[in-house]
Amino acid sequence: MRKSLLKTPPSGLSSRPGRPAAALVAVGVGRGRQSERTHSDGYHGIAPVGANGAAAGADAEIDSAARLRLLEALVSRADIAECAQAGLQWLEETLGIRQSLCLVRPIGEALLLVVGAHGMSRDVHASFSVSLDDWNNPLVTAIAGRQALFFPAPHSAPDRKRRPATPFADAPFQVLPFGSAGFSDEPLGVLLLGADAPVRADLQWFTSVVGQKLDQILRQDMLAEGDRRQGRERGLLNSIINAVSDPILLTDTEGRLLIANSRALTLFTATEEESEGRRSAVRMNNMLLSSALSSKAIEETGAARRELLLVNPIDGSDLVFELLSTVTEDPRHGSGVVSILRNVTDLRRASEEIEENYRKMRMAEAQARAESDRLNLIIDSVADPIVVTDASGATSLMNEPAERLFTLQRSASALEQRWVQANDAHFSSFIAGMLVSADRCRVGEIGLLDARTGEAMPVEAIAGKILSDRGELTAVVTILHDRREAIEKARLYEQLKQASDELERKIQAATADIAQQNELLRRQAIELEQASALKSQFLANMSHEFRTPLNAMLGYTSMLLQGVAGPVDGPIKRQLSRIESNGRHLLTIINEILDISRIEAGRMPLQMSRFRVPELIGEVKSELEPIILRSKIGVTIEVSKDLPLLWSDRQKVKQILLNLLSNALKFTHQGGVRVSVRPNPRERVLQLSVSDTGIGIAPSDQEKIFEDFRQLDNTPTRPYGGTGLGLSICRRLAQMLDGRIAVHSELGKGSTFSLILPTKGRK
Amino acid sequence: MSTKPDNGTENKPERPRVLLVDDYPDAREMYTEYLEFSGFEVVEAENGMEALQRAVDANPDIILMDLSLPVMDGWEATRRLKADKRTASIPVVALTGHALAGISEGAKRAGCDAFVTKPCLPEDLVKEIRRILETTSHRKVRRSGKYAKTIG
Repeated sequence: MRKSLLKTPPSGLSSRPGRPAAALVAVGVGRGRQSERTHSDGYHGIAPVGANGAAAGADAEIDSAARLRLLEALVSRADIAECAQAGLQWLEETLGIRQSLCLVRPIGEALLLVVGAHGMSRDVHASFSVSLDDWNNPLVTAIAGRQALFFPAPHSAPDRKRRPATPFADAPFQVLPFGSAGFSDEPLGVLLLGADAPVRADLQWFTSVVGQKLDQILRQDMLAEGDRRQGRERGLLNSIINAVSDPILLTDTEGRLLIANSRALTLFTATEEESEGRRSAVRMNNMLLSSALSSKAIEETGAARRELLLVNPIDGSDLVFELLSTVTEDPRHGSGVVSILRNVTDLRRASEEIEENYRKMRMAEAQARAESDRLNLIIDSVADPIVVTDASGATSLMNEPAERLFTLQRSASALEQRWVQANDAHFSSFIAGMLVSADRCRVGEIGLLDARTGEAMPVEAIAGKILSDRGELTAVVTILHDRREAIEKARLYEQLKQASDELERKIQAATADIAQQNELLRRQAIELEQASALKSQFLANMSHEFRTPLNAMLGYTSMLLQGVAGPVDGPIKRQLSRIESNGRHLLTIINEILDISRIEAGRMPLQMSRFRVPELIGEVKSELEPIILRSKIGVTIEVSKDLPLLWSDRQKVKQILLNLLSNALKFTHQGGVRVSVRPNPRERVLQLSVSDTGIGIAPSDQEKIFEDFRQLDNTPTRPYGGTGLGLSICRRLAQMLDGRIAVHSELGKGSTFSLILPTKGRK
Repeated sequence: MSTKPDNGTENKPERPRVLLVDDYPDAREMYTEYLEFSGFEVVEAENGMEALQRAVDANPDIILMDLSLPVMDGWEATRRLKADKRTASIPVVALTGHALAGISEGAKRAGCDAFVTKPCLPEDLVKEIRRILETTSHRKVRRSGKYAKTIG
């Protein structure tokens, strides 16, 4: 027995698809089939169930024990066939009905199928069914009318015709329809009971119990079948959407994920165990999706396509999707959004690549064009003629300078044409030679003519073969270089070299001359030095020679004045005094000349020492005491305290001061002379000043007084004595001591001569 | 111990003996005259060689030595005098008309005790001699009894 009629309807039973509505036909069949055939040969129409059948005797009240038995038999049954079988079994046990059939109408079918057969062959299931559309069938009308019918055994042929075809054949049987309890008037099924006479027993209870049970099972089966089918369909649907490589998902209006295929799950869901990176990618994807969908919801249109950029949670790469969303309206579950994401990453990438390639191609093309333009420009800008010849020797390209040589100008004269032709002939023969030779490159000289002037133009031709990838000659490029300039340059260079050589010779001669001059000068310098030394020696000698007689003169005069040779007085004494003073003057002159010559010859060595200045000034004053007394001029000395010791040549400082003080006395007639010493620590100098109230010196003359043999009044009858060498010597000495002499003077008011010396002296 | 004979000045106070070396006769005569006038005994020499002889012979108290001398110059003569034990202690005063620098240095190196530049007035020379004799008298051992005391 089939467990469920609806699950796998056998082809013989299920003539129509569709959802079966619950219906059951139970046919009770009498036990004695043979006897039925024998006795039930007539059609009695609708007749009260007689008691003449085999079961007629069981028309007694069905006791409660039997009822309980039925309920027990049925209660645990879940299978419709078992249930029917149990019911039919009960009928025999209780009422003695040996043959019976139970037919049920599957839900939605217009057909009654055998679900249970008692006391009959098994193939009755397959061989018997009742079409409810067959209104000629008395069974159908009986079922439709919910009438119990009894068919007695037929007695005649027309009788037999009125009988429906049943497994009971000519045996009498009872038809007992039953409905589904409660719902509708739809007939549920029918029982065919084999009985000799209409069954009088109250089977109302039985049919309602069995019908209810069958209906219940039928409905349960149907529901289970529906669930199974739904599950199967859902599984199918899932496997279908999972098979789709594009992510598909259903979201509710809130954007919550309701259904997603596996591809979508990888994009939008992540478990706790997965890596943080993957989870954050998923979070981001969810955000991106819901924002795309919410904006989609705002648009409130049907399907929409747009791009959605997501992150691949597996490798973090960018994915570009095309989002197709459709709003689905579902009255039960509310509306949702079905989204299909089509991965267009590769598409996008491919299109970008195509774009990039296209751009590169355009760039390459532009570059090639620029290259070509540049090449043309370069070739044209080269001053040297360039000719490109093809493999046959024909000219394929030449620049402007080459054109001038080899191309006939329209305005060319006959002579110029000849020049160009000659050039062409020369060049052609060079190229011909190049083409036949195996050399890749050749350098030669061609005697061309200047196409404008006709003058000879020797050119250096550098030709190179250009070969294709396969080694075939494609072109010969020849560059011609006008050698006239080079030749001219070489000539000029030669001239220049000659000039340079000439110059060098002259310079050498001049250098030799200069060397000679230098030698001469050197000798002269030596001679001068020697002469100077001789002069100094001479002066020294002279001074010695002067002094020796002067010594005797002064000595004797002094002795005479002292009265060594007897008393001297009166005019003689005065005359002797004149001799003495003039002798002294002469001595001074000699000494000063000697000093100057010594200084000039550099033979005045310094003898440095550290000494106190006030003592020196005292010595100077006492040495000049006779003159001071004679001049009646007061000499005051001002020395500031804490004077530093002076490091210098004491003798020379003294000589300078003597000179300055004697000058002051000489040129002062009234007033006084003041000698002062003042340190100037800031400049580390010591200033020794001699101030007088004498005749003074005009500013214009203040430099002259230091010149040799110079007195301002240079007349022979000058009133002041002296050689005029004193200040000159003083200045020289001061310079030797790293000092200087300064003058402040006003004509008629007086003068101040200052010797300024460094405290530390010279090193 | 003096080899010099007494030349008839015995009753006078003892006079310091000066050896005057100079090749210029006028100067020699002038100084001699003034020195004798000033109370000195003067022995003269004309050149260095003679000076050496006279210094040994006359054993003077002081020698006035001109430096530019014929035969033997004053520097050489001084060196020899100072090298000779007999004359080494006699002070030598260089006397020269050479005023060039270095002369006095050379003279000092040669052994001169003082240096006087000519022209030098006779009285200045006398002053210088007296000054030197004054300073050397303390250490000088008189070799003759008649020089019992120095002249001030």
